[in-house]
Amino acid sequence: MRLTVVDSERCVGCQLCMFACSRRTGMGGMAESCIFVTSIGGMERGFKVVVCRACQDPPCARVCPTRALEPKPEGGVRLYPDRCIGCGRCAAACVVGAVQWDAEINKPMICIHCGYCVNYCPHGVLAMIPTENHALAEETAQ
Amino acid sequence: MIADDPLQNVLYIDLSRNRFHVERRPDLFEKHLGGAGVAIELLHETCPAGMDPFAPEAPIILTTGPLVGLMPLASKAVAMFKSPHTGNLGESHAGGRTAVAIREAGYGAIVIQGASSLPVYLVISNGSVKFRDATTLWGMRHATTAARVIRENESGAGVRTILRIGRAGENRVTYACVKTETYRTFGRLGLGAVFGSKKLKAVVIAGKHSLPVADRRAYRRIYDEVYQAAIASPLMKKYHDLGTASNVLPLHEIGGLPVRNLQQTRLDDPRPISGEGLAEGYLGRRLACAHCPVGCIHIAALREPYVNEPYFYKTTMISYDYEPIYALGTMLNITDPAGFLRLLDVVESWGLDAMSTGVVLAWATEALERGLISTRETLGLNLAWGDSATYILAVRNIVEQPNDFYRALARGVEYASSVYGGQEFALAFGGNEMPGYHTGPAAHLGWLLGLRHSHLDNAGYSIDQKPTAPPPTPETLVDALMKEEQWRQVLSSLVICFFARGIYTPEVVQAALEVAGFPRDAAALTQIGESIYRRKYAFKVREGFDVEHLRLPKRIFETPSPLGMLDEAAMQRALAYAKARLEG
Repeated sequence: MRLTVVDSERCVGCQLCMFACSRRTGMGGMAESCIFVTSIGGMERGFKVVVCRACQDPPCARVCPTRALEPKPEGGVRLYPDRCIGCGRCAAACVVGAVQWDAEINKPMICIHCGYCVNYCPHGVLAMIPTENHALAEETAQ
Repeated sequence: MIADDPLQNVLYIDLSRNRFHVERRPDLFEKHLGGAGVAIELLHETCPAGMDPFAPEAPIILTTGPLVGLMPLASKAVAMFKSPHTGNLGESHAGGRTAVAIREAGYGAIVIQGASSLPVYLVISNGSVKFRDATTLWGMRHATTAARVIRENESGAGVRTILRIGRAGENRVTYACVKTETYRTFGRLGLGAVFGSKKLKAVVIAGKHSLPVADRRAYRRIYDEVYQAAIASPLMKKYHDLGTASNVLPLHEIGGLPVRNLQQTRLDDPRPISGEGLAEGYLGRRLACAHCPVGCIHIAALREPYVNEPYFYKTTMISYDYEPIYALGTMLNITDPAGFLRLLDVVESWGLDAMSTGVVLAWATEALERGLISTRETLGLNLAWGDSATYILAVRNIVEQPNDFYRALARGVEYASSVYGGQEFALAFGGNEMPGYHTGPAAHLGWLLGLRHSHLDNAGYSIDQKPTAPPPTPETLVDALMKEEQWRQVLSSLVICFFARGIYTPEVVQAALEVAGFPRDAAALTQIGESIYRRKYAFKVREGFDVEHLRLPKRIFETPSPLGMLDEAAMQRALAYAKARLEG
């Protein structure tokens, strides 16, 4: 299953998904969020919702000098925080900006496609989609 | 309070000396929670008696609360200041992202004092404050342009707030507002003019923080309870679907909608500027404040052709709510939605409070009709009900103040009517222009007695619309209003949106506070509410407030309400009782 943005036009910018992602760990605030929502040049134009696309050959893992990010067979990466030196190359390598950064611990925040955030999007922006249907879901999305 | 909770950090900024420092004040938050409770204490600490609201030392206080960033629907920011509009307590609340940004930047409160020698905007992030030269942004016609420049210059997109003023604030119109995130507003009592007096164009606040909780499992449990209640609530659905504009038709139907400066309470045809009509014809996008599942913000898309150029259009995005529809629509008898939206857009782009502006224009229109003023005062403008194009020109004059008349209008309807007459139809209560409800005695009493003269202080309009048997006496009405206002001090100290007051019952508030590290029982909460109310009242008395001096505009006794004609003697009895209670 993969976390997918099925319709960003329905996003109202409430950022409940960001708070949910941080809350997975039991903390409040947004510092530990792996998902990111921001306006596209003024709120009246709507929002972009940035999530990890679970690449098959992930650039973020390719540039990691310490093998802290390892590709997963189903796509995406797993983070081994103890190996990570916080160099930030992974964040720079992700062209969609899906590697978030927790400045408090100087480590990347990597989406594990758990879908916790989906439960807190009341407007149908996010969904968990079986990996094999993912491309189709994105095609029909706005 | 949890030991390392950044809430206890109070950031002090001195605009005169371009300096800042942080003080740890756990005492303030332990005792008064946050929001309005902490703000009134900081106001007592920093604003001595008789302070000129435009003096450099006059403080601007912004506060957030312990549930911000933890719980949904707790994302209001509270501003406190000395109001240049009433010369007394200034308190205004706004949604958007301000409260979350202050908390995530690592503060519980921000106190801005001093005045800059040149226009500046502030950037508060990463534990520091930057003073940026705003000379080039000062005087810009559209405040949104200035905000766009700042947005592009500064980092923190997605986790920041941008508060800014328009020309009305720069020119110290006493009811100038501060906009945040373009579409939310610290609307009432003139915070924008205080910004302007300090040459403060804007404040950017950005950050990301982890916030500790006392019990992680209990935290997720109470969160889910509130979240599920919010998305299942019919009230929340109403505000998501049509927004606060959904109140237009019901108020018209019961005859409680102020029209033509409250000479009527129904429109001939309310549908075009109702929530339903605006949604069908113009709704272009819905937005939410940070951490709010409701998303009540409704943005109209007004598409207009350029007159001299075929197939060339501009589309303006304008946020509408019930109160602006009332003030700049029904009060002025403007029922053409495009005309209303154009006027609202102009009022917003100058940075005026829409509510006060509408009531000021309505008074001026009636004063012109009655011959108290002439087109000599209005500089040739024939203000007339429904004529939005002329009102747009008048609004510009209020901001630019080219003569004594417009200088008077820029100080509000209480002052203008004291100079030109027409007090009997000057609809201000406690010096603040009226909100959009002629529902019965509780609405008007609520604004008079409410400590910020706002309909949100005690929701008298709601009491009016829930008739009881037997009907309330003047005394029981006052008791009900004060009880509600005292509980609302708790909510506004936790900066919970009042739309969610049905969800945040005392039990839910206690459970949420417990996980935030503020265990308080029901009695303690009630006591905190009473104490904040008393502290605000004490500030008001110190600055000259006296229930006895409150003016009741005659107009409210001339136009029938849904509960019949209002009884002036009963209202006076209520005020006398309130005075005795407050002074007892």
